[in-house]
Amino acid sequence: MTDESDDNITMRVTRYRPDKNDPPVPVDYGVPLRKEWTVLDGLNHIKAEQDESLAFRWSCRMGICGSCGMNVDGEPRLTCATFLSDYAPGPVRVEPLANFPVVKDLVVDINDFMEKLPRVKPWIIRDDDVTEIDGEYLQTPEELDAYKQFSMCINCMLCYAACPVYGLDPDFMGPAAIALAERYDLDSRDHGARERLDVLIEHEGVWGCTFVGECTRVCPKHVDPAGAIQRYKVKAAKESVMAFLLPRAAGR
Amino acid sequence: MTKRRIEPLVWLTFSGGGVAAATFLPVLALLFALAFPLGWIDPPSYDRMADLLGHPLTFLVLLGLFPVMLIHAAHRFRYTLYDGLQVKHKLLVAMLCYGGALAGSFAALVWLGNALT
Amino acid sequence: MSDTRYHPPVRLFWWTTKRSYFLFVMRELSSLFVAWLVLFLILLVRAVSRGEAAYESFWDWADTPWVVAINLLAFAFLVLHTVTWFNLTPQAMDLRLRGRRLPASAIIGAQYGGLLVVSAAIAWLVLR
Repeated sequence: MTDESDDNITMRVTRYRPDKNDPPVPVDYGVPLRKEWTVLDGLNHIKAEQDESLAFRWSCRMGICGSCGMNVDGEPRLTCATFLSDYAPGPVRVEPLANFPVVKDLVVDINDFMEKLPRVKPWIIRDDDVTEIDGEYLQTPEELDAYKQFSMCINCMLCYAACPVYGLDPDFMGPAAIALAERYDLDSRDHGARERLDVLIEHEGVWGCTFVGECTRVCPKHVDPAGAIQRYKVKAAKESVMAFLLPRAAGR
Repeated sequence: MTKRRIEPLVWLTFSGGGVAAATFLPVLALLFALAFPLGWIDPPSYDRMADLLGHPLTFLVLLGLFPVMLIHAAHRFRYTLYDGLQVKHKLLVAMLCYGGALAGSFAALVWLGNALT
Repeated sequence: MSDTRYHPPVRLFWWTTKRSYFLFVMRELSSLFVAWLVLFLILLVRAVSRGEAAYESFWDWADTPWVVAINLLAFAFLVLHTVTWFNLTPQAMDLRLRGRRLPASAIIGAQYGGLLVVSAAIAWLVLR
């Protein structure tokens, strides 16, 4: 398979065939090592030239759709933004995103995440009757800056793959969902902070997090979910102290 | 109305204790656990220490510091057992950790009180 | 329909597989040594509360090799706790001054400043 080893790299791809129900196995494929080739290019080369049964997700190839996340050499990465040459001479391990059930080969089941997202109500909540029909909600550049960082999330779930707490306790709400809640809390047009806090103050909300910080480290969009979670703990603590000191004033 | 939960208050104590341990403990540990026992510096005389611990302000400060640092340690060690060793008896672990911190705090209260002049 | 998905197990010592995970567990393990150092100080208080003889024998005990060994190890873990705690604070605190977010370096610097002041004050009290 490899005649000119200098120009090739071995990709050690984890294969899982659900019909066999055997544990996943690593399979080696030699692909051309080209300067501008990403891990995703390598996988597409395998699928086109060597084994068309290889299953993996991808779409935009430009780091915006968030569907090509995989564990590359044990680290959650967007494979479209990860270059093969950084792993030369190889072999480079390509595994499905950690902490998720595997459907086939490199495809993981993301239903748990899809079910969690709406629970933090990631949309603008108003406590008045103003709607889009009455005109747009105005916002200053400073007000936009307040939440912009947290709005960059592309739901690629690398943070879930990096989070050992989510791996140990799948009930944990997890980094991206909480960062998205913080994104709407910080939005000057939004009034839903209390509703989101009611969800996240629960046991499965923010309290499982032990601030490992890996979610922030692996985030390709620099969203800082770990920071968002700690700030939610501060918010929850403030609320609780207020409720303790002023039992009657709390809540409204 | 936000539901009453214990987690935020425990976390607040954990955080306060973390700050206390990071700020107050290094110098105390360096002096009393290393410098004095190893003879780098002569330990204070008994009268000096009895004076220091006999002061009501010392009593109040240490009575504030010891319990929050113990709860900080208990809370963190509890999660270390959950995550690091995947201990399944979660309630038992929690009771032992926080119970130990409370027992230590009680001992601190008694002995700090005895040292008061 | 049966579940044909593969559920990857979490290994018991998952935190030995990656440097950052290992450092995290060591950081969390510092709690055990913080508890030990507080206990050590409480025992010192007990010795003082029991009179001069108990105070002198406390120092004899504190000088035994195993206590010294534990204290050296505990101090190393305490340094890890202090450094990591100060480093992570800016991420957890969204401190703003006139609408602008305080830079992380300012928050970290302020904490080391606080450590210095507290340490100097305690050392002066004990050693004067």
